Amino acid sequence: MANTESTGHALKAPFRSYELNESYDEMFETMASPRAPYQPLLESLIDMKPEEFRKRKQAADLSFLHQGITFTVYGRDEGTERIFPHDLLPRIITAKEWNKVERGLTQRIIALNEFLRDIYHEGRILSDGIIPREVVYTCKSFRRQMRGLHVAKNIYVTVVGTDLIRMPDGEFVVLEDNLRVPSGVSYMLTSREVMKRVFPELFRECRVQPIDQYAQALLATLRSLSPAGRSEPVIALLTPGVYNSAYFEHAFLARQMGIHLVEGRDLVVNNNFVYMRTTAGLERVDVIYRRIDDDFIDPLAFRPDSSLGVPGLFNSYRAGNVTLCNALGNGVADDKAMYAYVPAIIRYYLNERPILDNVETFLCSDPEQRQHVLVNLDKMVVKAVGESGGYGMLIGPHSTQKEREEFTRRIEADPRNYIAQPTIMLSRAPCYIDGQVEPRHVDLRPYILYGDKVTIVPGGLTRVALRKGSLVVNSSQGGGSKDTWVLQE
Amino acid sequence: MLSRVADSLYWTNRYLERAEHTARVVGVNLGLSLDLSSETGDLGWGRAAQSLGLTVTEPDPVSLAQLLAFDPGSSASIVSCLIGARENARQIREQISSEMWEQLNRVFHEVKRAGYDDLQEANPLEFLESVIEGIHLFQGITDSTMTHGEGWRFLQVGRYMERALNTSTLLKQHFREFQWDDEGRIFPKDHLHWITLLRCCTAFEAYCKVYTADLKADRIAEFLLLSGEFPHSLRFSLDRLHVALEALPEGAWTKKTGKVTRLSGRLRANLGFSQIEEILASGLDQSLESITEQCAQIHSAIFQIFVNYPIEAAVEV
Repeated sequence: MANTESTGHALKAPFRSYELNESYDEMFETMASPRAPYQPLLESLIDMKPEEFRKRKQAADLSFLHQGITFTVYGRDEGTERIFPHDLLPRIITAKEWNKVERGLTQRIIALNEFLRDIYHEGRILSDGIIPREVVYTCKSFRRQMRGLHVAKNIYVTVVGTDLIRMPDGEFVVLEDNLRVPSGVSYMLTSREVMKRVFPELFRECRVQPIDQYAQALLATLRSLSPAGRSEPVIALLTPGVYNSAYFEHAFLARQMGIHLVEGRDLVVNNNFVYMRTTAGLERVDVIYRRIDDDFIDPLAFRPDSSLGVPGLFNSYRAGNVTLCNALGNGVADDKAMYAYVPAIIRYYLNERPILDNVETFLCSDPEQRQHVLVNLDKMVVKAVGESGGYGMLIGPHSTQKEREEFTRRIEADPRNYIAQPTIMLSRAPCYIDGQVEPRHVDLRPYILYGDKVTIVPGGLTRVALRKGSLVVNSSQGGGSKDTWVLQE
Repeated sequence: MLSRVADSLYWTNRYLERAEHTARVVGVNLGLSLDLSSETGDLGWGRAAQSLGLTVTEPDPVSLAQLLAFDPGSSASIVSCLIGARENARQIREQISSEMWEQLNRVFHEVKRAGYDDLQEANPLEFLESVIEGIHLFQGITDSTMTHGEGWRFLQVGRYMERALNTSTLLKQHFREFQWDDEGRIFPKDHLHWITLLRCCTAFEAYCKVYTADLKADRIAEFLLLSGEFPHSLRFSLDRLHVALEALPEGAWTKKTGKVTRLSGRLRANLGFSQIEEILASGLDQSLESITEQCAQIHSAIFQIFVNYPIEAAVEV
């Protein structure tokens, strides 16, 4: 503690309980030296009276509530409607850091898209032995219905949310690709609006790159994928409905783009064309930004018990009369086991070195790697490839002997279903917790659009594990969000 | 516009109009019960409850007001109406302006918050007024922030449909129960009840401006039925309903062109060219029954033409 006196204001009032550990800290290099981009934030936090900060926090919360930016909503009584947990301190990224992320994501998306086109057509990457056939064909999300189907402009992944984390050395790496129906972009956009209202001075001083163009970019992307000969395409966003936890986002995006928000019951298919029921009769639909999973989109082609989907939609898609974004069957490329092959996929199709690294991943289907995993189980995170949201997971350092034995059994019984990664400390960013500023673990999910070209709005959704010490950023498990500021050059 | 959206817009405003009406009726009757001795005071409550669709024997004003305000189990309560309005609006929130949605949310959360207290402890009139004010604000925001296009028209249709039904139910109830002489003079003991009727339609001041404070049954009937300028009269409501419907495009596939507007236009013309003497002579109750019935016909025609039409018919075009 000898040096705390000499470190000046860095340890003043709201930072009293701020401590660094082995994780990368977004704000401080050491407690004595804050990182330059965070300097204005640091100063205004120290200058601001606690009651002033509380007042701004309240104003932000109220704004979220009145806008109805809520997360879980069930039933008629509205008992469980909560505002999306939000931390007021922005997460700041420099233009230089962002530039690399942007190039890396663009490269990755183009390669993954090419991979999807390839495996649903000629399958070169399989015959060249880069990826074992069984990894593809045993994947639950592989859709044989997509074999040989031509999708508009060969674009499979139109909207992507890629989860990045920052390693202790400060480098961003990819943790997960979400190529199916990624969500969260509305929280990115609305929390930016709130931040501009709550911290106008800071915002101006930091010179933050704008993100408001997202909706127009998404609309232009969807438009560029309309079926041939439809110059003024009718575009609709297909939602599972008001009880879906992301419904707020669906409505928000539809309104921002000025497109129709439709449910399955609003659409009918006749003679392989898709129509929506309007007050003036039936109107043809050309592009559907679908926010319903593959399984539920058409009860005739996939799960017959789905009441959310549209009977006959898949045939219309197959006939090329309607574009679905994202394409069906994308799940095969964001499967947790396929993830390990993404660097190889990039090298194979683009003949380039991956700009963004993967987290080191061991495939339990490979006998050698499996052996390594089983021996080091107490240091690893084991994930079931088919699960998400933290289910079917073993966090080695926090596990009991009994749990490890259980996982050993499971892995040996079904090795294809498991991967393992070393336990990674996500980077930490300052958060406002009960009147104090404390570090919490964060990740970053930028949103990438791919139509005629790749578009990425600077930043993304920073998800934060608000529980002390927690590494889980999912909103269902105590996670929240932060505004992400990418600075101008 | 999507059929489902039109349907939800229609119901959003029907529920809101209903919530406003209930709040006003409860508030006016709370005021009335202060003026009346307890035994006759109860009469007013029985009628009020009945006009809102509740059947109560021996109503206790306090618990009745509590129920009408906050009981989510009763479909007549203000809170139920607001839940209904909000549920419908939530399904179409991208169709209405953000300002409208925020205001609706604000009213809803205020009622939810107040609902945990006893209505009597919290100043009930203040609460009821804040509901009415909140809904007025919503309508004002609607008019100044939403495009006055198809969606706005469906909102108007819902609002004036509900208002016409509410006014006509109130009138029916009242004129069944109270007497007047050949010259329309009312009995002094009923004076407060006639004022209550006018107040329930926000019509007391407006009536006085036209006819002075001299209350006469036939004038009150004329004002609430046939005034073309007073916004809670039946004629005014049905005018607005018709104008909104006329501007809606009926699907090209509908062979029976203008089915909805034929119904609404006929009803409107009826009220526009009738004399109150004729109506009273041939039976006010009967006229009101017929108006209610025609409103029901318009309601189902709207549903058939704009919302739940057969796909086969629409595909052929």
